[in-house]
Amino acid sequence: MMPRFGDVWVYLSATPLLWLTATLAAYVAAFWLYQRAGQNPLVNPVAVSVAALVAVLIVSGTDYPTYFNGAQFVHFLLGPATVAIAVPLHLNFAVVRRNLVPMVAALLAGSVTAAVSVVGIAYALGASRETLLSLAPKSVTAPIAMGIAEQIGGVPSLTAVLVILTGITGAMIAKPVLNFLGIRDWPARGFAVGLTAHGIGTARAFQVNEVAGTFAGIAMGLNGLATAFLVPLLAALLG
Amino acid sequence: MIGALTLLLLCQLAGELLARLCGLPVPGPVLGLVMLFVICVARGSMPEPLRETSQTILRHLSLLFVPAGVGVMVHAARIESEWVAILVALLVSAVLTIAVTALVFRWVARWSGTGGEAP
Repeated sequence: MMPRFGDVWVYLSATPLLWLTATLAAYVAAFWLYQRAGQNPLVNPVAVSVAALVAVLIVSGTDYPTYFNGAQFVHFLLGPATVAIAVPLHLNFAVVRRNLVPMVAALLAGSVTAAVSVVGIAYALGASRETLLSLAPKSVTAPIAMGIAEQIGGVPSLTAVLVILTGITGAMIAKPVLNFLGIRDWPARGFAVGLTAHGIGTARAFQVNEVAGTFAGIAMGLNGLATAFLVPLLAALLG
Repeated sequence: MIGALTLLLLCQLAGELLARLCGLPVPGPVLGLVMLFVICVARGSMPEPLRETSQTILRHLSLLFVPAGVGVMVHAARIESEWVAILVALLVSAVLTIAVTALVFRWVARWSGTGGEAP
């Protein structure tokens, strides 16, 4: 006798297998679409996968904790992936050393701009205090940003979402903005994208050029460090 | 590949321990990054499996953000009520940050006579 679909669903929805597979399948499909679109930044694979998965979860009446129970295995890899940035950093160390002075200057200017501009604009437009505190670390990679948000009284899970929205936005607008400004060298382009759009910008940069990707990865790491010191200080100053 | 993965996890674990024991505001994985970098410099060469494993993970870095991104559904109500402020702030801030960072990078590179890709 064939088992009823409902029984199979009850079994599957209780194991991590279903949502882990769904996450990978959504990403594989989104990445295929991205390639088909000639790596058009508007068809960002993270944005497409997230939209598809949210639609599936809503239609199937699945809540986020159930989904995350399966997807956490993917989420967990953010940690080792952050550590792995040491590898391209070491491989491209000669180029990195040559650009050390401009990198430090751009890091300071960029991390202050990121935090101050987002909080200032959202404040002017009437965002709530919790939202402001959750927005402040938005240019930093998710695991670091969530730690900062927790420290200053924001909502870590909201920060994670804002971080990803920032990453998608940054990856989409980087090319037109940098072309408009006439910035051509890969170190400067990569560094700006990685500082603004952390891992999602870095992933985009690696797809375009390895030197750009390396600088994006470094910018992501350095901005994580800089913002971890800067934002709690700013929050304390503003009360 | 297993050896390389173990090394990545060991560095992350050591980073987490260091951050917690010393009460540093820096996240563990970032300290792990610094440690792995120091190990590579001290060793002088890059083991092939480590290079391969790391590049495989980094090539699909954007996949790792999907689970946290789906969390948008939990915050749908807040984002709906404040969406103008949030979207305008994120978009304008992203444009400003990219522009300021890239321009400062270029100005300082020209001013100090450093930078560029070729030696």
